[in-house]
Amino acid sequence: MLKIHVDMDKCQHYGQCVFDAPEVFALNDDDKLEYKATADDSERENVQRAVDICPMQAISFTE
Amino acid sequence: MSRPVVVVGASMGGLRVAETLRKSGYLGPLVVVGDEPHAPYNRPPLSKEVLASDVSHDAVAFALAEILDDVEWKTGSAAVAADLEAQTVTLADGTTLDFEALVIATGLRPRRLDFDNKPAKGIHAIRTLDDAIALRNELVPGAKVVIYGAGFIGCEAAATATKLGASVTVVGKGPVPMLRPLGLELATDIQRRQEAHGVRFVMNAQLTGVLGDERVTGVTLDTGESLPCDVLIESLGSLPNTEFLAGNDIDIESGVHVNASLHALRANGEAWPNVFAVGDVARFPIPKFDPSTRRVEHWNIPTEMARKVGKQLALQLSGDADAHAAEHAKAFDPVPSFWSDQFEVSLLAYGLLDQGTEVRLLEGEPGGDCIYGYFDGDDMVGVCGIGMRSKVMAYRNKVGRTA
Repeated sequence: MLKIHVDMDKCQHYGQCVFDAPEVFALNDDDKLEYKATADDSERENVQRAVDICPMQAISFTE
Repeated sequence: MSRPVVVVGASMGGLRVAETLRKSGYLGPLVVVGDEPHAPYNRPPLSKEVLASDVSHDAVAFALAEILDDVEWKTGSAAVAADLEAQTVTLADGTTLDFEALVIATGLRPRRLDFDNKPAKGIHAIRTLDDAIALRNELVPGAKVVIYGAGFIGCEAAATATKLGASVTVVGKGPVPMLRPLGLELATDIQRRQEAHGVRFVMNAQLTGVLGDERVTGVTLDTGESLPCDVLIESLGSLPNTEFLAGNDIDIESGVHVNASLHALRANGEAWPNVFAVGDVARFPIPKFDPSTRRVEHWNIPTEMARKVGKQLALQLSGDADAHAAEHAKAFDPVPSFWSDQFEVSLLAYGLLDQGTEVRLLEGEPGGDCIYGYFDGDDMVGVCGIGMRSKVMAYRNKVGRTA
């Protein structure tokens, strides 16, 4: 199980993470980031790609 | 010992190449060379957060994964020469590195004004962390700031400096700011919004001189006007860092020319089997948008190129010919993406807007939140929104040429 954390002080809601891990990250109708605090291990590569692509480097996760 | 993979450039592109090589199973020697003294750091905050607050390298440094523990970092030492036939790179400190494969990720540097007698103080560019920190110390309330160059960096700096209490004038060569990347409709709209916040634009103008002895006191324009200022920011676009490759049979006209597999090319178009380029410095075809070649200075490009080169090169060095051939055959064909924040304006775009010959309003209203489509015939080659981010994102998979 992955535990996902987004530093919402850093997050600017650019939504770059959404394309790499759509099962975990989404922008809501107000264009604000929403994400699941946990994800299945099978999402590991996608979440790592989202971590890498975040322009504000706001995403982290633990296993 | 076998020769290392040498990555020249220790910013995001170089870092992601190193990570992907390791993740893809390359465990051999790996050297990353960087001209800046800092470990890899994130540049988007430079024109915003770093200018606006007391941010240090720690706050913008990229996390270094454990898999990079045995990478040899040579930061603060620019590559000054290379011999691609002999497979060597020479650094500013005189070191010569042999390489098994070379990845060029040297990026860009700002184009600077070339005037005689330019004052030493008060004139800035924004590319590196040290640039941004030096500028931050001068953006004080009441400062008179002239920004020369009305592209994204210039317009973002205008918004940041205004918010810090400076009085800002942007001077640009074209009729409206950001004309080439955005087109007339959106560019005009954003200029109006910037002006509503007090930013002054002097367009269709060029600097003819910089005033001041030790410190800048003003600039003169070809319109006959002169503008007093305490700070001059040059945001005139960028030049590719390719000088160290001079003297080799490699096409470095306006960036390192690479093919769809990201191999650097000889003057005759033949690929170097063990030399690659990634990121801002690379000039490449994007079949989905622009089959000719161009450099693309957008956020997602270095990472996407690094993922391809890292995986492909790891397979090449592993000797697994079939797996390498399969990866090699996948043409690099990304969807470019950029965003920009200027006051309350948040822009988000996909595709290559300048490939459009016709701009259509898709959603919303000009002056408010809105989305424009950029069309070449029936093909939507770009989309750009002000606000409405989640709706803009829904267009990402709809942009691109159909044939």
